[in-house]
Amino acid sequence: MILGLLISMMLLQAAPAAPAEEDVNVAEIIFEHIGDEYEWHITEWKGKPIAIPLPCIVIDNGIHVFTAHHAAENGYTFNENGKLINAATGKRPFDISITKNVLSLMMSSLLLLIVVLITARWYKKHDALKEAPTGLANAMESLIKMVDEMALENIGEKDYRKYSPYLCMAFLWILLNNFMGIIPFFPGGANLTGNIAITLTLALFTFFTVNLTGSKHYYKELLWNPDSPVFLRPVMAVIEVFSAIMKPVSLTVRLFANMLAGHIMILCMVCVIFIMAKYGPLMCGGMTAVSVLFGIFLDALECLVAFIQAYVFTTLSSIYIGLARSH
Amino acid sequence: MNLVTPDTGLLFWMVVIFGIVFLLLWKFGFPIITSSLESRNKRIQKSLDDARALEVKMQEWTADHARMLEEARKEQSAILREATDAKNKIVADAKVQAQEEADKILSKARTEIAAEKAAALADVRREVAVLGVQIAEKILRKELGDDAGNAEYMDAVVKEVSRQKDSVS
Repeated sequence: MILGLLISMMLLQAAPAAPAEEDVNVAEIIFEHIGDEYEWHITEWKGKPIAIPLPCIVIDNGIHVFTAHHAAENGYTFNENGKLINAATGKRPFDISITKNVLSLMMSSLLLLIVVLITARWYKKHDALKEAPTGLANAMESLIKMVDEMALENIGEKDYRKYSPYLCMAFLWILLNNFMGIIPFFPGGANLTGNIAITLTLALFTFFTVNLTGSKHYYKELLWNPDSPVFLRPVMAVIEVFSAIMKPVSLTVRLFANMLAGHIMILCMVCVIFIMAKYGPLMCGGMTAVSVLFGIFLDALECLVAFIQAYVFTTLSSIYIGLARSH
Repeated sequence: MNLVTPDTGLLFWMVVIFGIVFLLLWKFGFPIITSSLESRNKRIQKSLDDARALEVKMQEWTADHARMLEEARKEQSAILREATDAKNKIVADAKVQAQEEADKILSKARTEIAAEKAAALADVRREVAVLGVQIAEKILRKELGDDAGNAEYMDAVVKEVSRQKDSVS
């Protein structure tokens, strides 16, 4: 409900920016919201954009730091995707700018760090055998316990303690950023877990955890499967290696596509209101009610999906680790 | 397309930030929490096991208790039955003995009474004889002086007295 209200408030604010006479470019609006930017555009107020300027950091014959407005003065311009390119050569430099997504990544990671450290501090200061945790520690405990038990179940009594911190980290990080993505205004709103670079990194962390700490049995089965006839073993090895590579790819795409799709659906619902604006007040009013209701439904659905996707990513990671640790 | 091309800058920052946060939490965060949770889990499991063991023991104790109670009750009833038997026997014995004693006393009393009665009769007879003699003496002293007809009267008196004596005896 609250999210729905917030969305409608956001719409009221954004309304003057989209005059009824002009056609609304839905694709542009959507891609602006789900993409990355060199500044954090918050809203428009009386025709002027309100945005947080962010530093562009470029490594290209030395480090250059500037804001997006001063790109031209530093010899950079933007390509058709809105990315910085060297104005002289037209090539992409190594671009480690603090973009909207990077800032969001920093904030949410810091938030996670603080929350988990506060929780850990509670356990350090109190005897968990005599006291039940309260407040934040209590809320975090149930999540961490859930992941810890998942690790125990999928990896086994012997090894799970080694991997449980990574799984907890992945789960809480994805969950937090999924929820941050649903929040429509400043601290949230960046489409982080719906960005393929982020999900690819997460999947690669899982991939390296699985394949750098596997048991002898795992590698043997991967490269020279003892259960199949000798002449088939090279073929099996190719298939097995391919499947090992496809695992992180599927993790990447699953999380990315689910979160991106959710964002796009909600944005479409919001855009319906602006598209309907030129069909008169009655049509617009009716469709506004419908799209707000659908928006609320989709937001609730997204909350569910946020949890499910974090859970699925973590479960699959723990299963892959469990398979690699089998004896 | 832009959407499915991973951006190197974001990739770089993600690796760095996720890595740093993960290392910090690996060192200072999750193990503390999970080990606390694990020790608490163990404690709870142990408490549950203890409770279950205690329950089993308790049942054993209850069974023992019931068995002992049952035994005691049996013993009690046996003792009671014995006591009743003994009492009945004693009472019966006492009755028999009392009867015998009573019979003995009665027969003794009867013989004593008979003896007393005989003695008393003998006494009475002696007394009567003495009285008779005294009476006779007194009468004789007064009458025997004059008349011979008194001798007849004397005979009559003696006869009467002896008749009376016969009728008494």
